[in-house]
Amino acid sequence: MIEIKGLHKYFGDLHVLKGIDLTVKKGEVLSIIGASGSGKSTLLYCINGLEAIQQGEVLVDGVSVHAKGTNLNQLRTKMGMVFQQFNSFPHLTALENVALAPKIVKGKSKAEAKEIARAQLQHVGLGDKFDSYPSALSGGQQQRLAIARALAMEPSYMLFDEATSALDPELVGEVLDTMRLLAEEGMTMICVTHEMGFARDVSDRVAFFHQGIMEEIGPPKQIFSEPKSEHTAKFLANVR
Amino acid sequence: MNEPISFFSGFGPKDLWFLAQAAWQTLLISALSISTGTLLGVFFGWILSESKIVGAITLGLILDAFRSIPLIIQLVLFYNLFNVLGLAISPFWAGVVILAVYTSALVANVARGGIEAVGAPMRRAGRSLGLSYVQTMQHVVWPIGLRAVFPSWVGVALGVLKDSALVSVLGHPELLKVARDLITRTQQPLLVLAVAGAFYFALSYPISRYAAHLERKWQS
Ligand SMILES: Nc1ncnc2c1ncn2[C@@H]1O[C@H](COP(=O)(O)OP(=O)(O)O)[C@@H](O)[C@H]1O
Ligand SMILES: [Mg+2]
Repeated sequence: MIEIKGLHKYFGDLHVLKGIDLTVKKGEVLSIIGASGSGKSTLLYCINGLEAIQQGEVLVDGVSVHAKGTNLNQLRTKMGMVFQQFNSFPHLTALENVALAPKIVKGKSKAEAKEIARAQLQHVGLGDKFDSYPSALSGGQQQRLAIARALAMEPSYMLFDEATSALDPELVGEVLDTMRLLAEEGMTMICVTHEMGFARDVSDRVAFFHQGIMEEIGPPKQIFSEPKSEHTAKFLANVR
Repeated sequence: MNEPISFFSGFGPKDLWFLAQAAWQTLLISALSISTGTLLGVFFGWILSESKIVGAITLGLILDAFRSIPLIIQLVLFYNLFNVLGLAISPFWAGVVILAVYTSALVANVARGGIEAVGAPMRRAGRSLGLSYVQTMQHVVWPIGLRAVFPSWVGVALGVLKDSALVSVLGHPELLKVARDLITRTQQPLLVLAVAGAFYFALSYPISRYAAHLERKWQS
């Protein structure tokens, strides 16, 4: 379970997250929507400790992310993250990209790490790309590689930050399909997304962010057909 | 090599052997200074990339001095300084030390550029997988950044190989010094210089070939 309590985040004087309270249960798929600049990415970074927070608390399986004694490197292995940029490691093959963290962070043997990597690449449909370098992969394939790389750490949670925003339109589908597959397998997911179809069909709940505030959260049906906030309604009218 | 009997005699097979030995000295000086200078330089470059302000006004300034003062002045200055201070140092080691520091100053700049070119998103990707700061540097940032600036590094290395000729001013029998001595004796400057030049080429060519090979490999 991920629990966010009274979270405030500043960049200098800029108040980016203004008191967020949010709980994501095991097995839940939460989509976060909202205009650019509303603090969605920052929230994800705060959840896995890539950004410090100024007030409040984030608990992952009961462990406080920003507490002094927390081993962040260990905690992060519980949360896979996929970014808008593909961030494939260009000097490593697809297999090496995925095998790196299990080997370095988890201390797996070379053979074990490769076995994990093969399994995860097959999982995301890249079973024929083991030895390809990222430069030989399409954007969609690179993003699936990023998903496999995160899954190789056997995370309990997956955080997606606009995973399809940098993709050519014809490549969006394959990545969304992979995300859908994970959701069906029961993965707990927080997906910042502009894909309203995905948010509606796949998520259990949808949260709408507006200027650092979580304006509303609810089942997709309610958010999309009867939004309570006028900001939500306006936003949805614009993306449609 | 300066046996008095053969004071003025033509260029012979034995002289080719002298030049080969001198080339070996050039190779030794260059290999030692380029390798240690590169390691130092990458370390300095990393410091510069991490501490922009403090690094720039302390380390950056020192490195700038080494990059801008002509190498020949540095060599003579430091060699004499060592001796004035009573630190017995051979011309060979004085040359290696100065060239290494000089190399590190050049490499620091190159390495800093490469490391800084690896942006925050790539670093975050490493950290999000649970890699520590050092692991992210070691397995992600340095390999990517340093490969990107490898061609510039090759340029630095080849430059230092040629600049090692300046160690001749300290009297160590590397290629240029021996070539000069041979010219004095044989009075055949064109031939001797051509042979010495050929030796420099023979030292550089494998490096640039191998570098081109690596670049091609990394590009695929
Ligand atoms: N590292 C940073 N330093 C300063 N301001 C930042 C930084 N990252 C994000 N911001 C600002 O915080 C606000 C929220 O950004 P972000 O979380 O990226 O929004 P979103 O993902 O919803 O588009 C924006 O105004 C952005 O300019
Ligand atoms: Mg964002």
